[in-house]
Amino acid sequence: MSETENKEKKQRIKTSPEYKDSDFEVRSLDTHCVNASEKEVPLWYNLKYMVAGILFGIILVKAEVISWFRIQEMFRLESFHMYGVIGTAVVVGAISIFLIKKLNIKTVHGEAIDFQDKKFNKGQIYGGLIFGLGWAITGACPGPLFAQLGTGATVVAVTILSAIAGTWVYGKFREKLPS
Amino acid sequence: MLELIKQPWHWSVSGLLIGLTVPLLLILGNKSFGISANLRHICAACFPANIPFFKYDWKKEVWNLFYAVGIIIGGFVAAQFLHDPTQVQVAPTLAADLAAKGIDDYSELVPSQLFNWDNLLTIKGLFFFVIGGFLVGFGTRYAGGCTSGHAISGLANLQWPSLVATICFMVGGFISANLIVPFLLNL
Repeated sequence: MSETENKEKKQRIKTSPEYKDSDFEVRSLDTHCVNASEKEVPLWYNLKYMVAGILFGIILVKAEVISWFRIQEMFRLESFHMYGVIGTAVVVGAISIFLIKKLNIKTVHGEAIDFQDKKFNKGQIYGGLIFGLGWAITGACPGPLFAQLGTGATVVAVTILSAIAGTWVYGKFREKLPS
Repeated sequence: MLELIKQPWHWSVSGLLIGLTVPLLLILGNKSFGISANLRHICAACFPANIPFFKYDWKKEVWNLFYAVGIIIGGFVAAQFLHDPTQVQVAPTLAADLAAKGIDDYSELVPSQLFNWDNLLTIKGLFFFVIGGFLVGFGTRYAGGCTSGHAISGLANLQWPSLVATICFMVGGFISANLIVPFLLNL
């Protein structure tokens, strides 16, 4: 897809009536603008993401990011480990994104890579605090929850189901929550 | 080589590899690294209940579910084939506090004395699994992302709302780990 087509598409989305009616979280999945490939691909194409997930799962375990103990240490300021991991990941990610933008790197399918700006809303504060409370209790954010399950801590399946329930309840009441 | 991989990895190696996930997913198919959205996709796929927030074409986001299944498999592979037989090392001050609460088994990254099925139907289990999980699911969606979406990809793309979210994650975590978790461990 060419640059001008891309711009036109974004413009079209911005002027569409749905754009004004909904916020980013809803809009992001209702439109084609966020991470939706224009190409129709067969389901097995997604296996490459499963391979990427397997690698990521192994990294999470060996980095001890899934360790309930490591999360306690982080929040009790008893170890640098987690700060080192997240800090390094952010720097590496930032350099990567800079290079992708600078060198106009395309996907393996030759599509342009685009980035969406995140819009501020109060949910980032309230939701952030709520997630933080849960993060220290479960010792895991969503990625590590899946990895913990894989390592054989089967009871974490209950935690994941509860997290799905939490997401559902948020979806049900989101209109009534301050944002 | 295998012995080297089996040891717990240094934070710099771990951070480098996690950071490289961001360009990997972008280059594989213009996907933003973020995991908590899967919880929403599962709701949309299984229990949409006519709620607008869950009425979208989740099949377009199916790549992320493949990714999550991959993480589960990766966890299994690491535990089965790359397991480090030595004890998990933790800060002595934490170990002392946990010992006082009856947690002294360091054979697994997830403390088996806490995270087991026998604890599920206890008050402790209610908080550590059910309520803890609920807070994670509710909070991440309210915040619009979790550690991967905000703290890593958001900050890496220099998004200030992600910085706000990350600071709030940390504040919530500090309060929880220092004030709430010690109380819950006494239950």
